[in-house]
Amino acid sequence: MTDLAQTAPRPSRFRKLGRSIGLLRESPIGMVGAFLLLFWIFIAVFADLLPLRDPLAQSAPDLLKPMMSPAPDGGYFWLGTDDKGRDILSRLFYGSRLVLFWSVLATVVAYVVGMLMGVAAGYRGGWWDEVLSFLGNVFLAFPQMVLYIVILSQLGPDSPVGMWLSSQGFSTVWVKGLTIVLAVMFATAPQVARIVRGIVLDLKTRDYVAAAEVRGESPLYIMIVELLPNARGPLIVDACLRLGYVTIAIAALGFLGLGLPPPEPDWGKMISEVRGFGAMAANAMIWPALAISSLVLGLNLLADGLREISLRD
Amino acid sequence: MLRLAIRRLASMILIMFVISVLLFLFFEGDKLNLAMRVLGQYSTMEGRLQWLEDNGYNRPLVIRYFSWLLGFITGDWNESAQFATPVFTFLLPRLANTAILGLCVFVCTVAIALVLGVLSGIAEASFRDRAITVLSVLTTSVPEFASATFLVAVFVYWLGWLPGSSSFSNGFAWNELVLPVAALVLYNFGYYTRMTRASMAEVMGSQYIRTAILKGLPYKRVIVRHALRNALIAPFTVMILQLNYLLSGVVVTEVFFAYDGYGKALYDAAMFGDVYLILAGAMVAVVVAVLSQFISDIGYTYLNPRIRFA
Repeated sequence: MTDLAQTAPRPSRFRKLGRSIGLLRESPIGMVGAFLLLFWIFIAVFADLLPLRDPLAQSAPDLLKPMMSPAPDGGYFWLGTDDKGRDILSRLFYGSRLVLFWSVLATVVAYVVGMLMGVAAGYRGGWWDEVLSFLGNVFLAFPQMVLYIVILSQLGPDSPVGMWLSSQGFSTVWVKGLTIVLAVMFATAPQVARIVRGIVLDLKTRDYVAAAEVRGESPLYIMIVELLPNARGPLIVDACLRLGYVTIAIAALGFLGLGLPPPEPDWGKMISEVRGFGAMAANAMIWPALAISSLVLGLNLLADGLREISLRD
Repeated sequence: MLRLAIRRLASMILIMFVISVLLFLFFEGDKLNLAMRVLGQYSTMEGRLQWLEDNGYNRPLVIRYFSWLLGFITGDWNESAQFATPVFTFLLPRLANTAILGLCVFVCTVAIALVLGVLSGIAEASFRDRAITVLSVLTTSVPEFASATFLVAVFVYWLGWLPGSSSFSNGFAWNELVLPVAALVLYNFGYYTRMTRASMAEVMGSQYIRTAILKGLPYKRVIVRHALRNALIAPFTVMILQLNYLLSGVVVTEVFFAYDGYGKALYDAAMFGDVYLILAGAMVAVVVAVLSQFISDIGYTYLNPRIRFA
């Protein structure tokens, strides 16, 4: 047994990662998706180093300017300005930080909670399953957006949760962001749990689970060390798609006025802020809509590429 | 079948009960703010407390809940604080408006998805298939409010063909319905198309289709009579199940176009803290969710006779 393990060493983790990236090269769709996603990640990371104007600086004479209009400092407003004379390009680029940070955080939190719920429901079965599945069904019975609106309309800065968070030293942006994360968790975790439960129901009949049980491992160990890592294949694709959904949801919340507080350059809010100005604002509306679409497109294409690869193996 | 219906009904009632209790508890802390919003920013504290007293918001929570429950069952859905009208009479026309919107969206989406899905599914890996797949990924990546933005920019501001708001202020008008429907269809049809395509492609690879082609049946007949019926089982289930997600997008779209429907009413109610209106809206949502699941189950057994309910 030990001889076998020594003669055929397992490929190192990095080697495996490298191989997956190499595989992605074979899927053109996945490559386009990865490129789009990397573009926005690059912008978000290096926004400070790029020659951008202050995204919050207002310029009274330059309201709702079209693309490529000259700026007072001698440069250009490459994508024009919004209703307060702020540079749309730099708002978009700085906004990508907010979008990426909060969507990723919300998705990760929802995923962790959902995976724990799903693996517990699937592996323990019985009452665990009944209670957790019912709990999930309660939240899934709402249309998602209604759930978001109900939760966020009540979790403002003057609500008990909001006040508790502010007393912990979080700024207004963080308080709002964390309540959004909470809302996303309630709406998304049950969906993740449902998928994980399905996979675990299949996995728990495998021999390695029986072996672990015979070894006398605790249920917690079996769930986290044996079951979850083996469920990762379909989950990676799903996580990619779900990150897209969460991104859309957070931007939609920004559009509805339930997102991060002004003057943060939230993409959804950038659309709703200028809508009242009619045809003059067409330019200022289109760019954030394009930005959010391109980011979600990147995630969807990447998910497609990953699925293609996982089916090929 | 009957047992399934009863079980579904029981779980629906249980879910409705839990949700209504949660919502009651959730909005309890917001009472004083609600009174402030009803009476205005500059109302006195005494006035607000008096308003809560007069409208029965100060009764113990348990009594309030059960009086609401009794009223809800008997058709008295209490009064909306924001609009000072009975919730039932307020919500009914809104639901009708949303039903019109939803029906238009559903019919258009299904029609487009079936045609495109079948066209790409019967010729897997062809150029047409690739083009349709790319198109559906592209449109699914544009959320409703973004596609609504593009549509408004093109058809309202640039071409000037359609109105940008759908509030029906001068009575019902078809041209005001076009953009909200288009925005929702654009976002939703890609998913259905891919579902239909995958299902169609799978069926086309099966033995009995090969047999049908080899025995010399006309191609059209093979597609329509042999393939389509089996290929539609999976997409059908998904489409009905997606009604719940459709409702989610409806909220954003209705707010975008000022369309006076269920979604906008619920959004306004949540922003205002209008608890009875939210409760009624949530109950409607649960019924729609459970009903759509039930219909999809029944339809599934009807389309696929191999499946029997235990």
